[in-house]
Amino acid sequence: MLTRLLMSLVPAAALLCFYLAVSPATQAQQSAPAQNAPPPALWNTPSIAPKQPQSPSGPAPRRDISGIWDAFAAGIQPTGVKSHAPFTEWGEKMANTYKPGDGPRKVALGLINDPLDGCDPAGFPRDLFFELRPFRIAQTPDQILILYEYQKVWRAIWTDGRELPEDPEPRWYGYSVGRWQDDYSFVVDTVGLDERTWLDNAGDPHSEEMRVEETYHRVNQDTLELTVKVDDPKAYKEPWLGLNKFTLRRQPASFDIREMICSPTEAEEYKKTVAEPATR
Amino acid sequence: MRNRDIVMLLGFGLAITVAPVFAHHGNSNFDTDKKLVLKASVTEWVWANPHCWLKFDATDEKGNVTHWIAETSNPADMTNLGWSRQVFKPGDHVIVTLQPVKNGAPIGRVMQVVLANGQTLSTRIAGVFGPEVDAPKTPDASK
Repeated sequence: MLTRLLMSLVPAAALLCFYLAVSPATQAQQSAPAQNAPPPALWNTPSIAPKQPQSPSGPAPRRDISGIWDAFAAGIQPTGVKSHAPFTEWGEKMANTYKPGDGPRKVALGLINDPLDGCDPAGFPRDLFFELRPFRIAQTPDQILILYEYQKVWRAIWTDGRELPEDPEPRWYGYSVGRWQDDYSFVVDTVGLDERTWLDNAGDPHSEEMRVEETYHRVNQDTLELTVKVDDPKAYKEPWLGLNKFTLRRQPASFDIREMICSPTEAEEYKKTVAEPATR
Repeated sequence: MRNRDIVMLLGFGLAITVAPVFAHHGNSNFDTDKKLVLKASVTEWVWANPHCWLKFDATDEKGNVTHWIAETSNPADMTNLGWSRQVFKPGDHVIVTLQPVKNGAPIGRVMQVVLANGQTLSTRIAGVFGPEVDAPKTPDASK
């Protein structure tokens, strides 16, 4: 298992090295005057929260959403999305089989059947609706890459003009293409999403027919607003917004993105040591 | 609540204005009306996802020893709150404030720990999380 785990980390490391080598945005950001002050600590620095007082931000750069972003505590959303459209009959049926640990339908610790408890992938868009921890957006000529702290996964969003696949084989994180709606708004469409993932921590379901639209709007140098539209006619009676102009604050280039990796060994030990005895 | 498990009960009056950070699961197992303050000798501090947990022995006035397990949030949250993997070692004498589970097992979730040197470590959204956070009004606000 250890070998498999290590092997799975190799592509991520390679990707990161590639990005660091090629990205002009990184070099520009690191050499900007505001970034020259030595960081107070190189490891495990806490995030700067979105609404923390700050000096006036500079204007948003054109067609650039690169950088490290964080919503701090607001990104955790332990009780699920704020609201969603009514379930269809199918959506309702699926929701009733999901036993979440939090939200309106929460059950006791030992009765939860959340796929995350066994360290299955959170998948997309649950990675936006739950545990949206610090993440890095990197721009290359053909893709925008998003590297997440939570579960240490990344997404690749194609910007080379390709179309979405017509009959995609489902993936945990789907297939994404993106385009600039204007100089400050980047829109991403995603399809081909694995039905086994939950939408949020409250056990809201989705189907493979779901289509998700993310809009990243760069308000100024330090602020990004994220809006996420869920369109899943099989599970919900109408499209709805999971996040609406959700504020993300840019972090210093020196910010150390930690890892929050679900280890099956640790999760099993937690289950045996805490969850089950607490529920018996 | 089993009285023999309670070494010191410092009262329920302390105003808890914000909830502990527990991201993945809610509080349905925990008795949010109760708060135990236990004089503890640390046996193990497990720094893990999705939750860290502290194992300790608590001894009451009659000398009965109870082995407790109390969880916190994950390493990323705890680091933001000033905790670390090295903050406890076996044998440390600390005072643990926790919410116990409802079924009477010696399991709970940590609200705060006072270290031997007097330093208080909290699991609450405060300090580094800043006043900009929409602070829940009651300990139950994570529901």
